[in-house]
Amino acid sequence: MSIWDFLETYGARLANGTLVTCAQFLFASMVAIVAALLAGLGRMSGNWFIRSFSIIYIEIFRGTSLLVQLYWIFYVLPLFGVSLPKFIAGFLSVGLNVGAYGAEIVRGAIRAVPRGQWEAAYALSMSPARRMRRIILPQAFVLMLPPWGNLLIELLKGTALVALIAVADLMFVAKQINGATFLSAQAFGVALVVYFVLARFLITPFMRWLERTMSRRLGRI
Amino acid sequence: MDMSAYPLELPENDRPMVRFMNVTKSYGSLTVLDRLNLDVRRGEMVSVIGPSGSGKTTVLRMLMTLETISDGVIYVDGKPLTHMERGGVLVPADERHLRRMRASIGMCFQHFNLFPHMTALRNCMEGPVQVLGLSEREARTRSEELLAMVGMIDKKDQHPSRLSGGQQQRVAIARALAMRPRIMLFDEVTSALDPEVIGEVTNVIRKLVAEHDLTMLMVTHQMGFARDISDRICFFYKGQIEEQGPPEAFFTSPQRERTQQFLRAVKDAD
Amino acid sequence: MSFDWKWEFTWAILPRLLAATLNTLMAAGIGYAIALVVGLALALGQRSGSRALTLALREFIEFVRSTPLVLQIFFIFYVGPQFGITLSPWVSGMLAIGLHYSAYLSEVYRAGIEAVPRGQWEACRALNMSTRDTYRRIVIPQALPASIPGMGNYLVGIFKDTPMLSVIGVAELMQAANSIGSETYRFLEPYTMVGVIFLAISLPVAGLVHLLEARVRRKLGM
Repeated sequence: MSIWDFLETYGARLANGTLVTCAQFLFASMVAIVAALLAGLGRMSGNWFIRSFSIIYIEIFRGTSLLVQLYWIFYVLPLFGVSLPKFIAGFLSVGLNVGAYGAEIVRGAIRAVPRGQWEAAYALSMSPARRMRRIILPQAFVLMLPPWGNLLIELLKGTALVALIAVADLMFVAKQINGATFLSAQAFGVALVVYFVLARFLITPFMRWLERTMSRRLGRI
Repeated sequence: MDMSAYPLELPENDRPMVRFMNVTKSYGSLTVLDRLNLDVRRGEMVSVIGPSGSGKTTVLRMLMTLETISDGVIYVDGKPLTHMERGGVLVPADERHLRRMRASIGMCFQHFNLFPHMTALRNCMEGPVQVLGLSEREARTRSEELLAMVGMIDKKDQHPSRLSGGQQQRVAIARALAMRPRIMLFDEVTSALDPEVIGEVTNVIRKLVAEHDLTMLMVTHQMGFARDISDRICFFYKGQIEEQGPPEAFFTSPQRERTQQFLRAVKDAD
Repeated sequence: MSFDWKWEFTWAILPRLLAATLNTLMAAGIGYAIALVVGLALALGQRSGSRALTLALREFIEFVRSTPLVLQIFFIFYVGPQFGITLSPWVSGMLAIGLHYSAYLSEVYRAGIEAVPRGQWEACRALNMSTRDTYRRIVIPQALPASIPGMGNYLVGIFKDTPMLSVIGVAELMQAANSIGSETYRFLEPYTMVGVIFLAISLPVAGLVHLLEARVRRKLGM
């Protein structure tokens, strides 16, 4: 079977899988960004409880594997009375996992904002919350973007694991086609190429564009 | 430390704008300020000079509450700056008290510290809008007036990265003034500037001294400038005031050995 | 709600899980060894001077880094038989994880090599050293300390990615937990214990890497 015949036969199914992968990516990104901001700021909080909670979250999710977290959330959490549909369990696990790494990026970027900026805001009598929101975070945001670009690619790759709890994403469809036809090179090959295209021709250019736009807004160019 | 020796508030008839009372600042075993006593009158311009490590910048940073106080009390307009009354004695102040007290003090830094993500105008408006709660229009009017005063009105829509050091420092002065402080602190504001633009900044400060009723403290290395505009010169050495006095007397006939050494060294360097 | 943690059951399955942990550690070790060697080849290949080779290697690295490891594992495991080459789960798993991480490690090496000042190369040229000796005696010894933190991080990374090998039936920790789960219909203890074992290993190792990094930085006067 030539690759063209293969695509004609299975193209639609692979496209559907790609859409599910994109949806997983978008939802997981949102979870990751929110979790990273909360945990990153929480890690620097003066409140003992918030700080400990953030550290525990970060260390647990960075210290174990995404696959373990996914299985735990999908198979074990129901035993505690929290049953999540597989689609939600999927992007939630991926998002929380990546969010723990993102938290360290957030913290690093906030600490990289020069001391003088904190002092100048302080000298204007700004409250800590306002100083963070108006002065520090906007500058930290620009510093975070390049590492987030890499992290979002890791996140996209992470979404492939949701196939293992039977979310019908690109990976899952490729596996199904492989199981039914044993056209392994075609099925997995096409999936690999699609992931590559998503990463390098959508995510990376978008993040570069965002970096340029944000630095221009900051008047750095 | 025993706080009962310090009055809760200074009496009406003895109320300088700023009073340092036995103020000590130490980091571990290193003492930066050693039981400093210093009064600054309302409307007075005091220049603080001295060798590096003498604690002169610390004086300003403590007044801005950027540094914690190890011992002693600072009074601003008669009220304790970093302490408050609780049960008849002074205790370390809470954040609310600090913010209220800080509102009357403005500061300009050696490295300007303008907010890079905001235009010159926005930098000036940020404090008035966010902290003082002024409307955008009021804040804009106020900021534009001040930018005009420092000669930066035509650059008001530029981001700091497009401005020279001298221009950035002038915007920083306008930004501090926009909060309508009663005390202005200048921390080596010309030290990071190229020699040819120092004049634009010192001229702005001269204008402030001539036209406004601000109390000012300035740390500087420019002896000529300090001599020109100050009401008093304070020479710091090892965390204490070694000698102080009106500029003419101070520069023409310094009394202390260390002052003479310092002034000779500065002169030779010129 | 059927939350009932059974300690008896936990103790009963623990030996099996710990035995599987040894396999996990071995998989991580072998995969890492492959990644260290292939990564170095990828990094040096990019500096060979041939534009075509450099470009091809860059694209290859980009491709490997932007696609999911689990998919690469499937690809290597299933595509062989289609062309008459059958690889065991262990061999294909080690190949996949080793290749995947070689792409990351090559970037670590590359950054390390590029951080060696130009003057060092020029000095070697002036001493008429061969390229081989320049790398071996001058460049790599200087590039290595700066690369150690990155290399350490990916050691932890490869360890945490080994559970993916369970998808083709490599008998590592995750696979053991899956089997226990399907035999006994109990998932709470096996999956939780897998998480605990991972934490118990990766946290100290990450801590060690951190210490090492601090030491290297101090030594380099950074």
